[in-house]
Amino acid sequence: MYVAVKGGEKAIENAHRWLSEKRRGNTDLKSIELKQISEQLFLSVSRVMAEGSLYDKELASLAIKQSSGDLIEAIFLLRAYRTTLPRFGYSKGIETDNMICSRRISATYKDLPGGQILGPTYDYTHRLLDFKLIAEEEVHNSKEVEIDNIEKLSRVSEYLNKDDLIKRENNTSKQPKDLTREPLELPADRSLRLQSLTRSDEGFLLGMAYSTQRGYGRNHPFVGELRIGIVDVFFEISELGIEIEIGEIEITECETVNQFMGSKKEPPQFTRGYGLVFGQSERKAISMALVDRALQWKELGEENQNAPAQDEEFVLYHGDNIQATGFVEHIKLPHYVDFQSELELIRKIRKDAQKSEK
Amino acid sequence: MLKSQKNKYTKEDPLEHDEYNFAYLDEQTKRMIRRAILKAIAIPGYQVPFSSREMPMPYGWGTGGVQVTASCLCPTDTLKVIDQGADDTTNAVSIRKFFEKTANINTTDDTNSASIIQTRHRIPEEPLKEGQILIYQVPIPEPLRFLEPRETETRIMHALEEYGLMHVKLYEDITKHGHISTAYAYPIKVEERYVMDPSPIPKFDNPKLHNNEALQLFGAGREQRIYAIPPYTKVISLDFEDYPFEPMKAEAICSICGSNSSYLDEIIINDKGDKSYICSDTNYCEKRK
Repeated sequence: MYVAVKGGEKAIENAHRWLSEKRRGNTDLKSIELKQISEQLFLSVSRVMAEGSLYDKELASLAIKQSSGDLIEAIFLLRAYRTTLPRFGYSKGIETDNMICSRRISATYKDLPGGQILGPTYDYTHRLLDFKLIAEEEVHNSKEVEIDNIEKLSRVSEYLNKDDLIKRENNTSKQPKDLTREPLELPADRSLRLQSLTRSDEGFLLGMAYSTQRGYGRNHPFVGELRIGIVDVFFEISELGIEIEIGEIEITECETVNQFMGSKKEPPQFTRGYGLVFGQSERKAISMALVDRALQWKELGEENQNAPAQDEEFVLYHGDNIQATGFVEHIKLPHYVDFQSELELIRKIRKDAQKSEK
Repeated sequence: MLKSQKNKYTKEDPLEHDEYNFAYLDEQTKRMIRRAILKAIAIPGYQVPFSSREMPMPYGWGTGGVQVTASCLCPTDTLKVIDQGADDTTNAVSIRKFFEKTANINTTDDTNSASIIQTRHRIPEEPLKEGQILIYQVPIPEPLRFLEPRETETRIMHALEEYGLMHVKLYEDITKHGHISTAYAYPIKVEERYVMDPSPIPKFDNPKLHNNEALQLFGAGREQRIYAIPPYTKVISLDFEDYPFEPMKAEAICSICGSNSSYLDEIIINDKGDKSYICSDTNYCEKRK
């Protein structure tokens, strides 16, 4: 007689052992070092830090190594670690005005104070496979690139602000909610939306942003300014009443300038979309800004076009790749019981249908 | 609390226990979850939002149940974990090992001697008793979700007790198929107030929800909701007078223990596709053998 399969415990152990062998690969080759990952795959590291919501290059590199380069798995590892960390408090808001930029471009002004700084970018490279990289690469003896532009760069949107041509965004003294400590409840204010977008899946946001450009909630964007650089992070120690710098982080910031013809609530003026992401990720920052702008339709009194990117609940509930991948993949778990009940039901309905045909 | 007992799953591995807090979650988080649980018990069937944490297993794999279990566990507890009624399915094994590792508690297969039972998709055949807690893993806590995809809308519908849409759906099932075509996750009404999703248990299990002696807690991690059916609570499965609710199971007996009253899984036993039936509740089956 058939006996239902037992021994799940042993099977799991074996599967994991096999996986760890597979992850290590051919042992004649050296194991990849974390430093190699953080130095040579820094864009992967950026993505894992951004969507893992934890700025730590070493841990992100470890996660990438442990997950065999599956970035969503790596993000998951980082998130699961992050959630166990105690919270001492919240840092002060970072001042991106004081960013030391390695890249700063504007698509709205040909030239501007501080100039266009291209920095390290894949833009304008020809996407030709570079077969030289197959061979061990010789060390480029290019001298250390120095950022000579330490002076504070003025902000493109400030020029528009001066003439009242762009909608002012006021500083609120309100402490933003913490998405990782409180359940998401809708409607969400803009700070909460931005928090959610910055840890959203890059691919999801890219698709959403792309859809706005193709007419599903079109919002006519220009990249007012895109910057990548280093900012300082400050923390206030309330017991001592002092503020100390606890470190510096690299971030990508994008501000879009969007056409706006005015509504019952607002006069005609430019409006903004905003994107801010850990590390170097222009694609994500630009996408975030477009989606942020699309989600502002209600505040601006724009028409609801029923476009997916305008739909706060749709965007915020489906952008998190850790939630998404878990739920999508859970259907490979056993569903014997539910399938059995469906089997019974369909048999019953079919039997009744056949009876009534006769 | 039930007396803890030795069993085959518990293994001593003290090294692993110091890395994380008891039962993995930090005490602040557990306190937040316990508050949500208390609120859920106070308003039977109402979905309480809570700030779900990332757990070291994926969303959709029982993170809600795991967080509720972690918040209920005491060192003296004895835990049973089942998936599809069985103690030895892969995900049940994985969750049981997680708690053995992080809480160093005793675990058991025995429904009767467990103080806490975490389950996915089944209620054990053996009746539960006072003092036991049954914790369900919930994928989609909102019973109205497939009728109305928006959370903002469904919360209003619950607040106004506006369940017409659900009755229309059940009615349309009958006109189309002659039956209510929901075989699992069959909607219930709790204490004559909230319509609730009992998680994807087969509707065969629905009658066990009613007047159960044990506390029943439901955790949905990804959807950030906790809800509860306190002991001895009135639970009815939605139906019509002329189309009363009927639980359903395969018309067969278990080929291992011969039970004709337990819920059965259908298994294919050879390449010709011949079928046999066995109890989905492995502990119940084992005890009867």
